Amino acid sequence: MRIDVKKTYKLYIGGAFPRSESGRSYEITNAKGVFIANPAQASRKDLRDAVVAARSAFGGWSGATAFNRGQILYRAAEIMEGRSAQFVDEIVAIEGITPWAAKKQVQEAIDTWVWYSGWCDKIGSIYGSTNQVSGAFYNFTIPEPVGVVGAFAPQKSSLLGLVQTIAPIIAAGNTVVAIASQKLPLPAITLAEVLATSDLPGGVVNILTGITAELAPWMGSHMDVDAVDASGLTAAQDKELRIAGSENLKRVSTFKSELSPQRLLAFMEQKTVWHPIGL
Amino acid sequence: MMTFEYAPAPESTAIVKIKSEYGLFINGKFVPAKGGKTFTTINPATEETLTKVAFAAPSDVDKAVAAARTAYSKVWSKMPAAERGKYLFRIARILQERAREFAVLETMDNGKPIRETRDIDIPLAAAHFFYHAGWADKLEHAGVGSSPKPHGVVGQVIPWNFPLLMLSWKIAPALATGNTVVLKPAETTPLTALLFAEVCQQADLPAGVVNIVTGDGSTGSAIVNHPDIDKIAFTGSTAVGKGIARAIAGTKKSATLELGGKGANIVFEDAPIDETVEGIISGIFFNQGHVCCAGSRLLVQENIQDELLEKLKRRISQIRVGNPLDKNTDLGAINSAAQLAKIHEISNSGDVEGAERWSPQCDLPGKGFWFPPTIFTGVTQAHRIAQEEIFGPVLSVLTFRTPQEAIEKANNTPFGLSAGIWTDKGSRILWTAKHLKAGVIWANTFNKFDPASPFGGYKESGWGREGGRHGLAAYLKGNH
Repeated sequence: MRIDVKKTYKLYIGGAFPRSESGRSYEITNAKGVFIANPAQASRKDLRDAVVAARSAFGGWSGATAFNRGQILYRAAEIMEGRSAQFVDEIVAIEGITPWAAKKQVQEAIDTWVWYSGWCDKIGSIYGSTNQVSGAFYNFTIPEPVGVVGAFAPQKSSLLGLVQTIAPIIAAGNTVVAIASQKLPLPAITLAEVLATSDLPGGVVNILTGITAELAPWMGSHMDVDAVDASGLTAAQDKELRIAGSENLKRVSTFKSELSPQRLLAFMEQKTVWHPIGL
Repeated sequence: MMTFEYAPAPESTAIVKIKSEYGLFINGKFVPAKGGKTFTTINPATEETLTKVAFAAPSDVDKAVAAARTAYSKVWSKMPAAERGKYLFRIARILQERAREFAVLETMDNGKPIRETRDIDIPLAAAHFFYHAGWADKLEHAGVGSSPKPHGVVGQVIPWNFPLLMLSWKIAPALATGNTVVLKPAETTPLTALLFAEVCQQADLPAGVVNIVTGDGSTGSAIVNHPDIDKIAFTGSTAVGKGIARAIAGTKKSATLELGGKGANIVFEDAPIDETVEGIISGIFFNQGHVCCAGSRLLVQENIQDELLEKLKRRISQIRVGNPLDKNTDLGAINSAAQLAKIHEISNSGDVEGAERWSPQCDLPGKGFWFPPTIFTGVTQAHRIAQEEIFGPVLSVLTFRTPQEAIEKANNTPFGLSAGIWTDKGSRILWTAKHLKAGVIWANTFNKFDPASPFGGYKESGWGREGGRHGLAAYLKGNH
């Protein structure tokens, strides 16, 4: 008989996999209460470190060509496909669903990467514009990434909800600090391993596991976070985050559709440029 | 040397008939405020009282919102879109027909030069209605999905710097998309909004589609916090904008916020110098500098600073300050005593913190609120006059050596509304535009506005855009 080699689930910050600086972890059990793992319980300091990593990565990622970003998102799909069995096992263990349902979730997550990959170099032509102003000016509007986005992944989905949250944010050229589902965090860290091997520069995606209610206020009041996807928050947490976020006028959004260009546009700013026409 | 003096060329005020008192415009009629409460509005160039207007209490706002709700559910949201659009076309035409009357009234109530109200504010206001009129029956092309829906009742609060133009930025897209509105003009500039109410009557706009309530910040607060308002659109200070963001947190309300700015106007060494000087003038002295997107920080490449400043000072010396109704006036009155005090206060900090102040010889009228065109040199990024919005005719001059340094300094602000770029090199324009964190970038021009062009800021300059397809979309709910 062979004893399994179990994985230590750590955070994903700046392309590395540190434990929480606080030294804390929290216990994850399956639906029947059986112990699965002790992932890291991220602290305020971890969140701040992740924002620093995301800010550092923003220039390079937003400055990369859209074609390049699209290929990297597609690469994430390729690597996930090869790891499907591992994701299925983890989802079955943590969500307590059937292998068939878990497989559907993994496939949908992979296809989500592919769908958003294709948006990288099209969002500007569909949602930008040339504007017919009255006068001898050339005038155009282009969507640009807003910056560092904090993202609270949906609580009820361990993998798919997180991918649906992260993919559009980085497809738009932003960097992200994502908080995994509190009770279903393990596939998020396996996703981080996928991203770490997908040519994605370190810091573009940072993933924290821990207690949502503990981390949300720090995300809301962080002055270097430009926008937040609040999908994984309760109504009360959402309100509190918006109040704190008003201090730097964070753009806070939640979404109805899983696949929508609005998920990119919510984290983009429209920039309009004028220039005279003349000899 | 012989010089020619300008003869006075005042615009006649005979075209304007100001009533002795104005009510609130609710459900298509002018009605007094609760308890008959009023306040006065003055001409800031003379300090003479123009008239009394009703002061709306929260219970008056309730009535306006109820009228807007009824008009929304019974009339406006059920009307065929093309017919809705025709009302906006009518309004645009009436504004054009009565343009001179609006221009004179705006100048009297606001203090801005007649040249600007006549050539910019009023024509642009009419153009906004004409532009949005054509959108009314094309909303499925607005970019928010195939079945866009209006929000319902929109509460709108606008500032005093472009009273009628800001009204048109707010009301035109709201009506085109099928919303009804309750709008509060600024306390110091209510008159063109009340004249606009008469235009709505002449256009036979259904009662309750547009409601105008005059008052102060308490009236605005009653709108923002009203439970039956679905969306807020606000233009004004960043401090108030943050308060609105807090007030609507956890409610069903969405918001468009157009807030403050501290625009960088970047001049590279190869800039066409004479055009640049004109652009700097327009950037900071247009509308007395009461412009959220003003180019209030001049960033000039160090090696051309002396030449540029010499030409700039010579040009500033030619600015004509005085009677706003005079057709030759460039710089009119500061809008209020309170704003004048604020400009003095921040400018004085420039002296205290070590910047060097310069203004031309300039005779200011004895009555009214006036501030001479002013520039500060030797400004550092830490100075208050480099960080805070002055909202007056005061330019802070900073220098840079490399394009990277220009970008760092330009973006070193919590604001992100506008920026200017002056250079002859096309690739440098696009490189600079790409790296600036600002929603509106003028290259080799400044302070240009158009209904087709989206306007709005990054960061603490606000949420969303106004104008163009992007501004229209903010008044629609998509299926996302």
